[in-house]
Amino acid sequence: MPVLKADLSLCQGYANCVVAADDAFDIGDDGVVVLLRASFPESDRARLEAAARSCPAAALTVASG
Amino acid sequence: MTRSTVIVGASVGGVRTAQALRSAGYEGEVTLVGDEDVVPYDRPPLSKGLLAGTATAESVTLLTKPEARDLGIRLIVGRAARRLDAGQSFVELADGERLRYDDVVIATGSRPRPSPWGKPPGVHYVRTLGDAAALRKDLRRGGPLVVIGAGFVGAEVAATARQMGVTEVTLVDPVRVPMSRVIDPVTAARLGELHLANGVATRFGTRVEAIDQVAGGLAVRLAGGGVLPAATVVVGIGAIPNDEWLASSGLRVDGGLHCDDRCRAYGAPRVHAVGDVARWRHQGRGTQVRSEHWTNAVEQARYVAADIARPGEQGPYQPIEYAWSDQYDGKIQVTGQTGAGLHRVTAEHPDSARSFAVLYATQDGTLAGAVTVNWPKAALTARRAVAAGTPLAKVAWTCLIPGGYARTVSAT
Repeated sequence: MPVLKADLSLCQGYANCVVAADDAFDIGDDGVVVLLRASFPESDRARLEAAARSCPAAALTVASG
Repeated sequence: MTRSTVIVGASVGGVRTAQALRSAGYEGEVTLVGDEDVVPYDRPPLSKGLLAGTATAESVTLLTKPEARDLGIRLIVGRAARRLDAGQSFVELADGERLRYDDVVIATGSRPRPSPWGKPPGVHYVRTLGDAAALRKDLRRGGPLVVIGAGFVGAEVAATARQMGVTEVTLVDPVRVPMSRVIDPVTAARLGELHLANGVATRFGTRVEAIDQVAGGLAVRLAGGGVLPAATVVVGIGAIPNDEWLASSGLRVDGGLHCDDRCRAYGAPRVHAVGDVARWRHQGRGTQVRSEHWTNAVEQARYVAADIARPGEQGPYQPIEYAWSDQYDGKIQVTGQTGAGLHRVTAEHPDSARSFAVLYATQDGTLAGAVTVNWPKAALTARRAVAAGTPLAKVAWTCLIPGGYARTVSAT
């Protein structure tokens, strides 16, 4: 199962991840990414990988849990 | 026979296309060709972290050789493509090797518009890892630095130089209010003030006549008689799409490869284009558009990969523009349309004098775009609202600010 990880120290609040997958990511009032869920069904992997790769700061990874 | 996709250009657009093909379950051969003799890397840090020394060539790598191998991507670096034969469906490399394809993705990007004042030693562009390394070496020796062109790249170089301790930095631009072609002049002027506030001198509305080599360095000669002494000069006056190699393809090439609203070349639907080199028909705009922004390259890569893996399942490609620039302690985010002639509302953040948001609406009141500084939540809210076609009046300020309102809101 895909598991999301975010390096909050890298996040710059660009929010491309939210635009790509708003069920997985949000931006908090402090301008830093919030993970809305940690794990997802396998069928969501491609979409989540696309969201992670849309991060200009390379702060997101999709691991296998 | 196995299907095959050849991607020409190994910057972010090309790399993301290759990765997205695999994510989409594409099982054909994928070949990624780049002309630079290094593994693919990301360019936004060239004017920021790589220059400042906080990022390294390794930290900005987009695709390592082991990653390429794991994804079944044949990665060819250090070899340029010299010709596309769209009739016979092959790409010819400079050394004569021909790569047959079922689909080809043109992602050859753009290069700096050349300096019309020559390029004597000490004059730099910022486009490649080598450019950034050479500029960093010169900046570490101190100033004065003159940056010609106050677009995002030039502004970021000026900001990074200040961060590196270069004391004398001057930013020159022929336009009186730089950025005012894409951002309304009032807001663009406010962004320009960031430079003055951070100790960078500005010479806006001033043309450069020459860059002279003089004893001890360079001299930037300005129209109207002024001269700026410089140890280092950066020329950041725009980019030109790398499309000349397509001239013999028979495809329409004029300021980029012309494509339909699916990013497929006119008359050659298996030829796709991504990133700076793509000029596609934006259905919402009703015109051919080209974007030089990172986020477009990534979104377009994903769109084109899906079009190759499962043709015909997607509607036209019509993204909402999004760009960012980090200058000094200012995080600038630009979404959608933000030019002059739109209705404009400016909100000041209640808690931070460094943060504000400008929202733009069309005549009928629909939110068209936003410029925000140090306010990522507002940028995101606006981006979603533009995508949804929300009226400006409905974009509640309360959703931008926790439990409160903007300090002041002014409309013009």
